[in-house]
This record gives sequence, C-alpha cells and structure tokens, in this order.
Amino acid sequence: MQPIQLQWIDFTVILAYVAFILGIGWALARYMKNSRDFLTSGRAIPTWVTGLAFISANLGALELVGMAASGAKYGIATAHFYWVGAIPAMIFLAVFMMPFYYGSKARSAPEYLKLRFDERVRILNGAAFAVMTIFMSGISMNALAKLLHLLLHWNYNLSLWISSVVVVLYVFKGGLTSAIYTEVLQFFMIVLGFTPVVYLGLKDVGGWNALKRHLADVAQNPAALALNDKTFSPDAWSHAWRPLLAGPEHNPMGVDIFAMVFGLGFVLSFGYWCTNFLVVQRAMAAKNMTAARNTPLVAAVPKMLFPAIVILPGMIAAALMTMPDKDYRIPPPIISDQNYAKAVEAVKSAKPSVENPGIDAVQKALGAPVFDDKVSALISTNMLTPLSDSQIKEGLYNSVAENDYDSVIPSLVKKYCPPGLLALALTALLASFMSGMAGNISAFNTVWTYDLYQTYRRLVLDRPRAATIQRADGKSEEVTFIPKDLGDDHYLWMGKAVTVVGALLSIGCAYFANNYGNAMDVVQLGFAFVNAPVFATFLLGMFWKRTTGTGAFYGLIGGIFTSAVFQSLTLAKGDLPGLKGGYLGVVLSFRSEMAQNFWMASFAFVACFIFTVAISIVTRQRKSDEDLKGLVYSLTPKIKDHEKHFLQRPAVLGVILLICCVILNIIFW
Amino acid sequence: MLDLRWPIGLMFSLIGALLLIYGVATRSDTALYERSLGININIIWGIVLLIFGVLMVLGAAMGKKEQ
Repeated sequence: MQPIQLQWIDFTVILAYVAFILGIGWALARYMKNSRDFLTSGRAIPTWVTGLAFISANLGALELVGMAASGAKYGIATAHFYWVGAIPAMIFLAVFMMPFYYGSKARSAPEYLKLRFDERVRILNGAAFAVMTIFMSGISMNALAKLLHLLLHWNYNLSLWISSVVVVLYVFKGGLTSAIYTEVLQFFMIVLGFTPVVYLGLKDVGGWNALKRHLADVAQNPAALALNDKTFSPDAWSHAWRPLLAGPEHNPMGVDIFAMVFGLGFVLSFGYWCTNFLVVQRAMAAKNMTAARNTPLVAAVPKMLFPAIVILPGMIAAALMTMPDKDYRIPPPIISDQNYAKAVEAVKSAKPSVENPGIDAVQKALGAPVFDDKVSALISTNMLTPLSDSQIKEGLYNSVAENDYDSVIPSLVKKYCPPGLLALALTALLASFMSGMAGNISAFNTVWTYDLYQTYRRLVLDRPRAATIQRADGKSEEVTFIPKDLGDDHYLWMGKAVTVVGALLSIGCAYFANNYGNAMDVVQLGFAFVNAPVFATFLLGMFWKRTTGTGAFYGLIGGIFTSAVFQSLTLAKGDLPGLKGGYLGVVLSFRSEMAQNFWMASFAFVACFIFTVAISIVTRQRKSDEDLKGLVYSLTPKIKDHEKHFLQRPAVLGVILLICCVILNIIFW
Repeated sequence: MLDLRWPIGLMFSLIGALLLIYGVATRSDTALYERSLGININIIWGIVLLIFGVLMVLGAAMGKKEQ
C-alpha cells in the first residue's frame, strides 16, 4: 500500500485526543492517596463507566484487527465469539460469580484464589497472568506500530515509544481510575471512528442484501481470492449456524458444533470473561455490589452489537474482492521492493515459446505464491504492448495469492476516508491500542504489587525470624525479630514504579515479537496451555465447597499438562508436525487449527475438573465453613435483590440480554 | 470525583466542530470526497459528533446541578 499523507486537520484531531486523555490523568492525580486508590480505584466508579471500560479493555488493537481478519476469512460465523462466547459468559459472571469476587473483598482475581484455596494457587495463577499480560501487551503494541508504519510510514520505534509514553503518563498519574476513564473515552472514539467507515463500505458494496450476494460468490470459490482452498455452499459466509450444523467440512472455520459450543462457547469464553483479571478488574472497581454485578451486563449491550463494527469490515473486504470495478484487494503480505523489481524483470523476460511462460520465475522472484492466470495475463498483455515498470508492479501486487488479513481495517480506512474522517479513524485505531495497553498495565501492576510482591514480602522477607544474641554479661538470649511494617506508602510507590517497569517490559516484548516471530508463537502456545483449564478451578472453587487447595493446585497443573499432551498428539490438516502439534505422533487430526484449539480447551477443562474433584476427595479440607463464607455459593447468604426495582435486578437483566442474544443468533442463523 | 461526561463531551464537541469546519471549507473540492463515494462525510459526521458531545456536556452540567 502507498502511505497516506496527513493534513493539518488530521494532526489537530489526533493532538486533541492525546491532550484530553492526558488531561484525565492529571485531573485524577489528586485522588490517588493510597495504594488502593491507585490499584483498585478505591471502588468508587459508576456502573456505566466500569461497564464500558469492561469491554474497552478487551478491545485492543489485536481484537479489532483480528476480528476483521476473521470476518474476511470466515464471515458472520466469527460472531460466535460474541453471541455464543462472550455474552453468555458475561451474564454468568454478573449473575453468579461477581458476588464472590466483589463480596470477598479480594483486590484481584488471584487474591480470590488465595482466600478460597491457598497461596500456591494464587501464585500459579498470578504469575501466569502477569507474564501473559506483558506479552500480550507487547504483541499488541508490535501490531500497532507495524500498522502505522504500513499506513503512514511512521517510524516503528517512534510510534511504539511515543504512544507508550502517553499511556504510561496517564496511568502513572491516575492509576486504575485513569485507565478506566480513558478506556470509556476510547470506547466512544472507536465506535464513532469506525462507524462511518463501515457505513461507507456497506454502501459501496450496495447494502446488506448485495453484500450477501457477493459473499455467496466468495463462498463458492474462495480459492480465487486465496481465502480458502475448498468450496462451500453459498450461505457459508453469510450465515452463522447453518454451515456449522452441516459439519466441519461445510464451514470455512472447519469446526464442528461441539467444539464451537463447548470448547469456544463454554470453556474458552467463560475462562476468559469470568476469570481474566484484565476484564474482571473493571467490575471489581465498581462502587457497590449491584454496580459490580451490573458492570458486565452494561458491557453486554454494546458487545452484542460489536460484530457490526469489528466483523462486518472483514466481510465487506471479502465481498469487495469479488467486484472487479471496485479495484480492491486485501493487501498481500509485504514484499520487498527488490523482489518486486526482480519479478518485474521476470515478467519482461518471459518468453512466449516456453510452455509455462515465466510464471514459476515470477513466483520465485516474488517469494510468494501467485495466481497463475493473473500472472500469465500480465505477461501476455506486456508482450502485446509493453507496460511501464510501475504498471507491472501493480499487476504483480494484485497477483499475489496470499492475503495479509491484519491489513483489512487499515486498507478500508485508506480506501474510504477523506482527510478529516481519516483522522478520526486513525485516532480510533490509536485509541484501541492505548486502551488495550493501559488495561494490561493496570491489571499487571495490581497483580504484581498485591499478589506477587506483597505475598513474597509476607512469606519470605518480612517473616519473623528467631535469632540468638549475646548479651553484655556473656549470656545468650533467644529473640524474635519482627521486621518493620513498610506501610501502604511503600506499596503505592511500588504500584507506580511497576507501571513504568511494566510498560518497559511490554516495549521489550514488542521488539521480541517483531524480531522473533517464531519464538513468540511458542510463548503464545504456552499461554494457550495455561488458559485452557483455568475456568474449572474457579467454577469448582465457587460452587463446590469441598474443593481443597491441594486439589485446585494439582488439578490446574494436571489441566495444563493435559493441554500440552493433547496438542502434541493432534494436528490440523495441512500443518506439519512440530510447533503446530503432533510432535509425539498424530493420534487425532482436525480440519483446522481452530478446531484443534477448541478441542484442546475442552479436554483440558474436563481433565482439570476431574483431577480437582478426585484430589479434593482424597485430601483434607483445611478451610472451615466459616472461612469459606462469602467465597462459596452454598455458604454465602443469598443476595436479596427483591427490594430493588424489578428491572434493575441482575438476574432479570441477564435473562433479557440472553433473549436478545438468542434473537440475534436466529436472525443470522 | 471527576464526572467523565465533561471530558468526553468537550472532546467530541471539539473534534466534531473541527470536522464540520473542515468539511464546510472543503465542500467544493469534489476530488477530495471521491473516496467517500461523493458524500461530504466530514460535514455529516462532524454534526453527529457535535450533537453527541453537546448532549454529554449537557448531561454533565445537569448532573452537577442536581448535586
């Protein structure tokens, strides 16, 4: 893609945005008096704010870019991540789990595990979360800096550092409150910034019905667009359930119904939305129990409608590719100018006498797969009337048979935005990146300070020590040293310091992701293993009082181990044994990596569940019923919400939202 | 604590006004709006943002009065 030139209006809008988010940080700084204010925002935030922050923290650049990519690859079925996955999980969190998170007075999700089980479970979960958060933040930052480079030719290092400095400044000043407040502002920025782009794209395609028609063309021959190498029934991109019910070979995701509903819908989505501290932290910052429970419900409303701005662009991009007069393609992966130059020469020197006229040579020079028909057409056109180098280059660009799906959003922004609106869309991209990073950092510093550092101090550094001292009269005496309590100021200081350190670590991870893509794949695989079983631990902890700390700890480890073993014995079609799985032999083969991943999660969850139950039965429960009050369902007094207005009860709201979600599923069946 | 509707309202009012002014200033430039299918999207969306921003500010101002 050619870079876009920005006008004064574009810079003004971006600067206005940056000024306002920094202003929020400064305005909140005077409320940050102790570590609780800074790390848990003192539990004083209104519901609509925590609700919108709840989804905004998840709406990082990766989510935006990734969902559009899936929209192009799989069509409306991508919405299963929302309508089967996120929404039911958010409702479950609100109605059933929030009372324990909020009511237990835990400051973080790992701290809940400590109260419910013991320090081992807390440290396992907290450490895994801390490492993962930093890496995810780095991956997201790398993606954004690359995107800005692609779109605007901004310097990679500069955009990485400048946007990180902005985030650090406002989180450092205003802590979690600042992160949450700016996330809400960013939420509106993202929605209002991308809506006109989607509107223009949909109008250009010719409306919803025309989009469906073009997607039917896509489904019947996705190979022509390098989207998929099989053919599907015409409704495969425009219906969510029909292709899924027809079986894994009939939908572009290659997923069966069980993997979708149990693996994604239950295990992975509930695991993410109900236990990931990044999102749960937002609800825990609410001002009271009702506000905390309503937070995920408030979030569910826009979340349900999000496919219209995050998935629809991908579907529009796929449809546009079938319309030759629109002159659009999802950009191919970046190919160096040298390779293009070599390929241009290969086109020029192709001889008509050779049977396969130079296509292989072009493919080799480009270093990427090409559409044979397009290249041979290009070669014959050039032979009839010689084209200029730049015309040939453009022809080659359009012949690359590979798509860089991450460029869907930027390429649409570029196609439809005049200066002015362009600034708004770019700011929306920046906003999604910043909200993701601020979310990660504010969750990281809480878990670090309270779950790792404070625990380490209590268990190791500040433990009372026995010592023998020699008195002046020659006798020795046994004494106990109790180290001085450092007080809250120390932890406030630590929280602030870790904000900066966390940002620096994420920047390091961004460079790591940029330079060692393969190593990063290994790291992410590790996270997949760790995340798959974790919901079983929380579920059993909250709803079965007999679950013991030992059971939870070894059950979780057993679940993680199961994911690793499962992955090493299975493989997706078309992959080679190795990082993608199957290195211990292929026992099971799946139609796609997505199916493999969903099944892995299902196995890990079931294994963790069984291990935890079995070990709990044979180990002693060290916590009394009194200890577990407020932490386990059966031992906690039921919350009375009948005093409130009928429509304000979380359970009622949850049911209403669930019905809306079902209706959406039926509309796009 | 800070009412979040203030910064949101003020920011979108400002950005909406900027887009609107820019859209009006460039309204005769048809080449500029070829990308947006010939629609002067800056004027339209500038107005939308301005309305949203003003509503937020009004909400904040009224919320303050109640207190």
